[in-house]
Amino acid sequence: MKYNGMFEIIGPVMVGPSSSHTAGAVRIGNIARQILGTDPQQVSFQLMGSFAETYQGHGTDLALLGGILGLGTDHEDIPRADEIAVERGLVYEFTKGHGGQYHPNTVRIEVSGSGRTVRMVASSLGGGKAEVQELEGLPLRFCVENPTLVLYHHDRCGFLARVSQLLDSSGYNIARLALERWRRGGDAITICEVDGQLQPGISELLTSIPDLKDFRILYGDV
Amino acid sequence: MAFTHLRELVELAESRGVKISRVMLDVEIEQSGVPEAEIVDKMSQQFDVMEAAVRKGTEEPVQARSGITGGDGHRMYNYVNAGRSFIHPTSLRAMAYALSVSEVNSAMGRIVATPTAGSAGILPGVLVSVLDSKQYAREDIIMSLMTAAAIGLVIANSASISGAAGGCQAEIGSATAMAAGALVELGGGTPEQVTHAVGLALKNSLGLVCDPVAGLVEIPCIVRNGLHSITALAAADMALAGVRSIIPPDEVVAAMYRIGNELPLSLRETGIGGLAGTPTGKAIRERVFGRAEKEGQKTL
Repeated sequence: MKYNGMFEIIGPVMVGPSSSHTAGAVRIGNIARQILGTDPQQVSFQLMGSFAETYQGHGTDLALLGGILGLGTDHEDIPRADEIAVERGLVYEFTKGHGGQYHPNTVRIEVSGSGRTVRMVASSLGGGKAEVQELEGLPLRFCVENPTLVLYHHDRCGFLARVSQLLDSSGYNIARLALERWRRGGDAITICEVDGQLQPGISELLTSIPDLKDFRILYGDV
Repeated sequence: MAFTHLRELVELAESRGVKISRVMLDVEIEQSGVPEAEIVDKMSQQFDVMEAAVRKGTEEPVQARSGITGGDGHRMYNYVNAGRSFIHPTSLRAMAYALSVSEVNSAMGRIVATPTAGSAGILPGVLVSVLDSKQYAREDIIMSLMTAAAIGLVIANSASISGAAGGCQAEIGSATAMAAGALVELGGGTPEQVTHAVGLALKNSLGLVCDPVAGLVEIPCIVRNGLHSITALAAADMALAGVRSIIPPDEVVAAMYRIGNELPLSLRETGIGGLAGTPTGKAIRERVFGRAEKEGQKTL
């Protein structure tokens, strides 16, 4: 289902002027920042479709930057996100790309900081809703409406079984699950959305999973 | 469970003998695990933001960041208060309010996307004007927002609420339908009448293209928010009078989706066709982008 909750329709509370080009773009920036997991030092945004045609008028550039900087959709500083980026030493660029098969409001982001780089493609679906289309080139689709675990791991027999068993024994219900890998037995990424709120011990819990190399925990509201 | 058909809303409400707002609230409680009081409180806060945007744009003229639009909410509000309008002031106030919220939005001020920012004027416009009429309790208006949400969920899940995907009909049309439905419930209509108001309001928005001048959420978005607040009030009155949408409301939603898919790219929020493509539209685009560059923004 594309839209589940009533505050996706009566909401979000946001600074204007466009839910898809401003609020959705802030959310996309927020997701990229959380996956990076550190302060970004460099970021490039390749805008496609309607994003590329109208980004300045809607403040999409300011919104994406604001999101990458960790501002929320209703933060009054979003109109001056470009100044804040300069203040914090974030080097950024905007280029235009071809949308191809993607939704009209789509951006390809490459963001780096502290020696890490994240590549992702995400779309703004309307009404402030954002959806990741690709992560590190893998076709992983997720929205971060629920708390979302991004698990970087080796593709090993029983990995998912252990993850789900662990989450189940801790009382978490898995709302959505997707695994993509580069090759059999190679590196893989699993996206796991869970219902409700995450408890404080979740990080320790995940660390105990064998074959898990790294993970991120993403939240919808920053 | 999320809603995909208006018929489903009517059946759920009728089988339990409750309003659509109650159906929506119960589903939200179940889905989110958040207690009822907290959800109602959050909706009340959303309404506070809507009301603040209405007051901001009516008490003082609000100018868009582009400098090309602004002040119409304030202008209409003064005209309404002068008392010489064709439309009754109680109703015309909805238009002044809708214009105001849209102007606050284009000024990068705080608004509630209902369902989107481009269409954020309509629901606050009609509901704050209803509040100011003093004929309805604030709590009932908060509940009617849940009916609007249920209608919006159906449209978003079975069609679209994105101008880039479905044209302006998906944004302004959806907002008008949501507002019309909310008003019918507020006015004591049945769940069935709520959906007929949706069908009637949406019919009057079909084919509306998304052609923003310079790609800005200003021309024609602000004016459309204003005028469609009146359409929402009118559609609600039609449904309460017993007028039905002969094409079932769900089929009207489906038609909106098909029309959206058939719209050319130039008329789907690209700022290329329609009003954006007129000589004046292009001239404004040049002016705004020239200005933006002077201010140090980046170009592609």
